[in-house]
Amino acid sequence: MKIPLVYNIRSLARRPVSNAMTALGVAFVVGVFIATLALANGFRMALVKTGSPDNVVVLRKGADSELASGISRDHAAIIGALPEIATASDGAPLVSPEVFVPMDIASASGGGAQLVVTRGVTTRAFEVRRSVHITAGRMFAPGRDEVIIGAAIAPRLAHSAVGDTIHFGGRGWLVTGHFAAGGSAFESEVWGQNEQLMPVLRGEFFQVVVFRLRDRSRFGAVQQKLQNDPRLQVDARRESDFYASQSVVLRTILNFLAIFITSIMAVGAIFGAVNTMYAAVASRTSEIAVLLTLGFRPRSVLASFLAEAAFLALVGGLVGCLVALPINGIVTSTTNWSSFSMIAFQFLVTPRILVEGLIFSLVMGVLGGFFPARRAARMPVVEAIR
Amino acid sequence: MKFFPLVWANLTRHKRRTALTTLSVALALFLFASLRSVVTTLRATGEVGSETRMIVQSAKAIVFFLPMSYRERLLAVPGVQAASWANWFGGVYQDPKNFFAQFAVDPESYLDVYAGDYDMPADQRAAFIRERTGCIVGKSLLDKFGWHLGQNVTLTGTIFEGDWPVTIRGVFRSLDPVFSEDAMLVHYDMVYERYPTWVRPGWYVLQLKNPALAPQVAAAIDSEFKNSSDPTKTGSERAFNASFVTMWGNVSFLMDSIGMAVVFAILLVAANSMMLSARERTNEVGVLKTVGFGDRLLFGLVMAEAGGIAAAGAVLGLGAATVLWPAIHFSAMGFLPGFRVTPGTLALGLGIAVLLAVASGLLPALSAARLSAVQALRHVE
Repeated sequence: MKIPLVYNIRSLARRPVSNAMTALGVAFVVGVFIATLALANGFRMALVKTGSPDNVVVLRKGADSELASGISRDHAAIIGALPEIATASDGAPLVSPEVFVPMDIASASGGGAQLVVTRGVTTRAFEVRRSVHITAGRMFAPGRDEVIIGAAIAPRLAHSAVGDTIHFGGRGWLVTGHFAAGGSAFESEVWGQNEQLMPVLRGEFFQVVVFRLRDRSRFGAVQQKLQNDPRLQVDARRESDFYASQSVVLRTILNFLAIFITSIMAVGAIFGAVNTMYAAVASRTSEIAVLLTLGFRPRSVLASFLAEAAFLALVGGLVGCLVALPINGIVTSTTNWSSFSMIAFQFLVTPRILVEGLIFSLVMGVLGGFFPARRAARMPVVEAIR
Repeated sequence: MKFFPLVWANLTRHKRRTALTTLSVALALFLFASLRSVVTTLRATGEVGSETRMIVQSAKAIVFFLPMSYRERLLAVPGVQAASWANWFGGVYQDPKNFFAQFAVDPESYLDVYAGDYDMPADQRAAFIRERTGCIVGKSLLDKFGWHLGQNVTLTGTIFEGDWPVTIRGVFRSLDPVFSEDAMLVHYDMVYERYPTWVRPGWYVLQLKNPALAPQVAAAIDSEFKNSSDPTKTGSERAFNASFVTMWGNVSFLMDSIGMAVVFAILLVAANSMMLSARERTNEVGVLKTVGFGDRLLFGLVMAEAGGIAAAGAVLGLGAATVLWPAIHFSAMGFLPGFRVTPGTLALGLGIAVLLAVASGLLPALSAARLSAVQALRHVE
């Protein structure tokens, strides 16, 4: 027969301070666990969202990032003539040859410049990348020294308000608007027209050519065709895969950090739970003896104490979730080492991370409660009741 | 001191509890010291670099090359003694995960400018300078990949496309963190030969005659190139290194917050354990008081117990962090060169251990001191 859970809850309430401390210990661990995962997740999502599975990114063969790539005008024209490229309502192909260069731009906080991705695009880029839209001001006008700035990076740069003149590449540029792109890494970039930016950037070639597929299932065929074309020396990648791969370096570091820190903390918290539960078992020796005398099986006693430990840890886990929840949405910034430039992104707490945190707390409770619970179950009744 | 056996007996009564609590404290301090070392190591990388060396880079951004002709013009600037140049090579050895830094340099002038910051036999230096496809590597990089002198290594260029077979002609030890032992140097000319129309120096390194003249030299250089198509940004080598550190963003805040959370979590564990022990011994406290132990002495005994746990935990945790990281040559893929626990971090860790002892022992110690003997003896657990 099962021992009712209410027995455990009432027992926990008899030692409120000691149990609250144990639960809080678990709460801290779960809080840090959620915070570090939310950081890694936010960074990953910013880059994953950057790419669309409908789009293809073409880079120079062997280049592992946009920064390292280069594609000549002739090659861009060959790529742009592919029949698999989707067309706009006016019949023009949805292709955007782009220049991509990190530039030193003065930061808003003073204290020098930081590297920010500057991307030269065509006006077609907004039809290729459908998530991008203007949130303030207007588009840059072709043929003029005008730029638009991503919403995430704008507050971090000096002279970035609409109507200001921002300086980079040895020139001033009129800021005509700000744009959003669904929280993606594009929001950490400055965009202008490719023909305007090309001479200031790195000379007569593009870094990437991006196009939208008429039919996304044709990607494999298009990739084959491009990579086997004897006139070209290029790699074609699905845009979503490409940007996800650009987060690998930092994500590896963040995930290592999350696992390293929380697993060590967890061991400490488990030790705390072990101490608490042993003390609980020791102080309730006669109670346990009574339970066993009444006919509860040792198995039930084991389950009961395990449940008590798990419950205690779960309460801690819930507190940890609540404490960590407010960090959701906080914007932070770091350098994405693949593009060498600053990227601003949000801590992203997802339901999945919260559930993982709760499961983590349960595991801590069960691990911490197991040996004490086993001692309770194996208690010699006759001695204990004396 | 004569009460040491009593404290010891109390500590060893619940051997498991004492051990677990000590281990929790040790883990917490290990983690604290490690996280703190990330901050101090990053800060230290931002502070390395000689005052007599300056870096000239493109004012547009570090990824822009500078014209080769600048070398002569830089040497003509008053106060400049020597000039060399380097490029970020950005090659991959076998797998992108095997990340390490490679620089394409002008061997002779570069090794001259950095003379004194590395240690390498003269014949190896000469062999490297002689051979265009030769390279030199740091000792720790050599060990990491199990290479040996004379071995052929093929890098795959990510910036400079193609396969680049190079031969290890020298192995150096680093004498100053600015000359990283996790790096490889190859010939600039090897790259230039294949991409003559494109490749130019990525940055120049200048040796000054007198470090006090640095601001004037920087201003003179930047104004000289101001109206050219390649304006420059000149700063001390230290500022150059620091600019890479700031690129990490607010790492120290992140590490410090996590460190605080760790310390608090373990404080709870330690305090709880002390309280459990104290509660179980209420009767004993009554007995001790009856036989004449003073309040102050009882207070001291409980505090000594808490102190013992914290001290043992501190020795274990801080000791492990100090020994472990250098032993496994941890450098986070070269991002944290020379990762180690500094004396400052150790002192901070000891401070936290003292705090832990006080915070976890204070309440139980006070209640032991204040308890009246009669009440204590009446107490039934």
